[in-house]
Amino acid sequence: MNAPAPALGLTMSVEPQHAHEARSASALSGFWLFMMSDLILFGLVFATYVTMLMPASFALGPGPKAIFELPGAALETAVLLTSTFTFAMASLAIKYERGRREVVAWLLVTLALGLTFLSLEVSEFARMLAAGDRPQRSGFLSAFFGLVPLHGLHVFAGSVWLVLMLIEIARSGLSDSVRSRLARLALFWHFLDLIWVGIFSVVYLGGRA
Amino acid sequence: MSAPGTPAAGGYRRERQAYLRGFVLAALLTAVPFIMEGTGGSSRTTLLWVIGGFGITQILVHVRYFLHVDLSPERREELALLVFSAALLALMIAGMLWILYNMYVRMM
Amino acid sequence: MSPSHPSVLLGRLDLRSLDFLRVFLHPSVNEAILSGAAWAVIVAAAATVAILSRYRLWGPLWRNWLRSVDHKKIGVMYVVLALIMLVRGALEGVLMRLQQADGLGGGFLSANHFAQLFSTHGTIMIFFMAMPFLTGLMNIVVPLQIGARDVSFPMLNSLSLGLTVSGAMLVMISLVIGSFSTGGWSAYPPYTEMAFQPGPGPDYWIWAVTLAGLGSTLTGINFVVTILKERAPGMTLMRLPMFTWNALCTALLLVFAMPPLTVAALMLAADRYLGFHFFTNDLGGNMMNFANLFWLFGHPEVYILILPAFGVYSEVISTFSGKRLYGYTTLVIATMSIAFLSFGVWLHHFFTMGQDANVNAAFGIATMVIGIPTGVKIYDWMATMFRGRIRFSVPMVYALAFMVLFVLGGLTGIILANPSIDFQVHNSLFLVAHFHNMLIPGLLFGMLAGYTYWFPKVFGFRLNERWGYLAAACWIVGFILAFMPLYVVGLMGMPRRSVAYSNPAFQPWLIVAGVGAAFVVLALVSMGMQLYVSIRERERTRDLDGDPWDGRTLEWATPSPVRAYNFPVIPHIDARDAFAVAKAAGHRYVRPSAYGDIHLPGDTLIGVIAAVCGTTLGFGLVWYLWWLAALSLAVLLVALIGRALRGDRHPVTVPGAAVRRDYEGWLQTVAPPPPLERPLPPAIAATSSGAAP
Repeated sequence: MNAPAPALGLTMSVEPQHAHEARSASALSGFWLFMMSDLILFGLVFATYVTMLMPASFALGPGPKAIFELPGAALETAVLLTSTFTFAMASLAIKYERGRREVVAWLLVTLALGLTFLSLEVSEFARMLAAGDRPQRSGFLSAFFGLVPLHGLHVFAGSVWLVLMLIEIARSGLSDSVRSRLARLALFWHFLDLIWVGIFSVVYLGGRA
Repeated sequence: MSAPGTPAAGGYRRERQAYLRGFVLAALLTAVPFIMEGTGGSSRTTLLWVIGGFGITQILVHVRYFLHVDLSPERREELALLVFSAALLALMIAGMLWILYNMYVRMM
Repeated sequence: MSPSHPSVLLGRLDLRSLDFLRVFLHPSVNEAILSGAAWAVIVAAAATVAILSRYRLWGPLWRNWLRSVDHKKIGVMYVVLALIMLVRGALEGVLMRLQQADGLGGGFLSANHFAQLFSTHGTIMIFFMAMPFLTGLMNIVVPLQIGARDVSFPMLNSLSLGLTVSGAMLVMISLVIGSFSTGGWSAYPPYTEMAFQPGPGPDYWIWAVTLAGLGSTLTGINFVVTILKERAPGMTLMRLPMFTWNALCTALLLVFAMPPLTVAALMLAADRYLGFHFFTNDLGGNMMNFANLFWLFGHPEVYILILPAFGVYSEVISTFSGKRLYGYTTLVIATMSIAFLSFGVWLHHFFTMGQDANVNAAFGIATMVIGIPTGVKIYDWMATMFRGRIRFSVPMVYALAFMVLFVLGGLTGIILANPSIDFQVHNSLFLVAHFHNMLIPGLLFGMLAGYTYWFPKVFGFRLNERWGYLAAACWIVGFILAFMPLYVVGLMGMPRRSVAYSNPAFQPWLIVAGVGAAFVVLALVSMGMQLYVSIRERERTRDLDGDPWDGRTLEWATPSPVRAYNFPVIPHIDARDAFAVAKAAGHRYVRPSAYGDIHLPGDTLIGVIAAVCGTTLGFGLVWYLWWLAALSLAVLLVALIGRALRGDRHPVTVPGAAVRRDYEGWLQTVAPPPPLERPLPPAIAATSSGAAP
């Protein structure tokens, strides 16, 4: 059979191969979209919090001035911001092939900082609950306990994911799959700090202003 | 490894400097509102403007230095997505706050 | 009526939760219907198990369908779910019409039962009929139209299906154990808070909707990436088929519009389960925020529902007019405008909630503006038909009915967009007529047209046309009779969601509406008959050459039923409507120059696990079976993490030789090469040695 004459419309020729880079890029794009939907979610919980900064939502209970403490928020901020920097260092170590040990070291430091952040938050919540500032007390407190623990839950999920990545690195080294996944985790981790900027600005600083 | 070739070591130092710059900027943008509020003395309005302005700036710093989304053509897709999402979020939040505040005022 | 001290093992389940016992405890027509529904679900489930066992279908079901990551199979399963839930949702609608036709004297249903009916009817039709139907069509068609082998994330696709099924299961279980919410599909607090509905009803709603919503968000992500990244070489965005353009905008809407629903539902759950005060009547709750958050989702949601239908109409109208789409660019711009503007109008669902006239005016104007791009589309479709060679196939009948009826409904929408008028008819049957006018001729006819149009591509034979015309006629007549009277009665002042009424002027109209409901039942029966007859006579309607309708887009360039790998070789595209262009150039059957091995993703258990664990998770949460909820969540997470760590362990490779054999074999049957006429040159003929020059 002769080769078909050049057709208008469509031709079928050599099968283009779907390179691993393309698959990894798709995964990253998909993850960006997931982060955008998460951003909308957080944005609306933020907005709900702001609408409950009205005295009516305090229900004669405590408002932000009464319950938020700056030093704790400052420490949490410092810890989380540093963890974003240390994760960036881990990303750099991968990109510039600085060896598995350095990557794992930076990731461990990040994990430690993340867990520190979580324990600081948990102790803050424990203090508030012990003082009777519970979400069941008012709409304002419900909104606070909806927003900040939601972020904390994300930090927890990120920490679990980090542990899984360390397990995978232990088993298969810095494989393509590990690199591609760490790129997504990096995106997630940096977003955690980005959202925290919103939280400390609106909730802690804004509340006490 | 599928990496075509390890980027040059000079690039490592350059990128590390960039991350450090971002980190220091973010730290400063955090410290100023905290200190201003902690020491008191500023009016509520000033404080709110500083918190808001520095907060938004710090978010932009994060986007530029940690998420690597800038105005370059390689980053066009992510930039478009971020701008679109931010616009949508702004519309949703602005609308929501207007609506609920309006209702609040009429109820109280 | 739940026990005040739930036990650890059984939560708040007790004998009174078992609906199939109700009629024995309190005999009445109302209870008989409730128990009857429970028995129907039990019997149907048992019958399904029996039939699967009798015909030894468990094996094929397990091996070929439930674990599949093939977008076509996942799409078919979505459509099957949608059609089953359509039957239940429609029957609930019929019951409500009958009750209202009889409602002057009080009717035969209790108020509580009626309230459950309108709540499940709305929830099912939106989340478990419409969303699965459009997701199913998108799944089947989009990868084929863009010349891809599958979506970008096949495992995620299966997960989405599983989550949607789990939500549907919860709604079905609510017929047998406990009762569903009586707060409508929009579930407004404070009525859906613990103070007013402490029972399982609103909890069923919350978890069904949250699970399905999560599945839909993941579908949105999947299709945005697929359409942007998996297109065949040469298929630029402005060469995309219109259905795929609409699918892209729908997918973007899914990503951005589902989160507000998740927020609203989970905040309501926090109120109900943890005693929070997001929306409560007391202690600083803001119940109006729920309506705000819900409709931030709800309005883009209706565009999620309609855009795929618009996509179907674009394909159907151009194919059955024998012409390319008029105004492709304007259609693209209109679709993108609709998608973006849909986020700016949500307040029109609660004009009467208390904000001032300026706020209402702003959103009212925005609502009117969004009608403009839809109008552009209608004009484009009309211009497509103009001077075309129109074939009145079943899909075309649906499209024509859509164009007339949907425009009428859209006009009532513009009427409602005016806040002053809306204050008169808000929450009346005028509103109910309006949105059914958009959803039935708009969404449902589009889905049915798409179902008919693409059926042969998936199954290899066409649906029976006679029964198809009958079904379409019944749907059209049924819709008109059932809903046009509701406009009148709404203008006369009858509120929606009313189990009974005392104004005798309403009744004649509601009786006509009841007759319309009977036609809807006939339509469903016709569809069932159509399926039966089509399968029985499938050899007569076999789709031999893959292009039964003289289509224009890539999916018609493949054999029917389309193979698992879609295309033997990924095509290279150099025009819009590439297949139509190729046919016009005399190039109907394209023979690849070479065949390569085809790599496909392997099967996964994730979808089945999500369906089972999602159901048990939701059930556990509804009935306070905390151990069951925790166990379900743990299993699901372990399965997902395990899959992430181990990856795809059984990818499939189809050898190039097998692809070639199959495709060339098909080409032989549909386009055998003509026999060669090769007269020998005289010199050679004279020597008769026969050597070829």
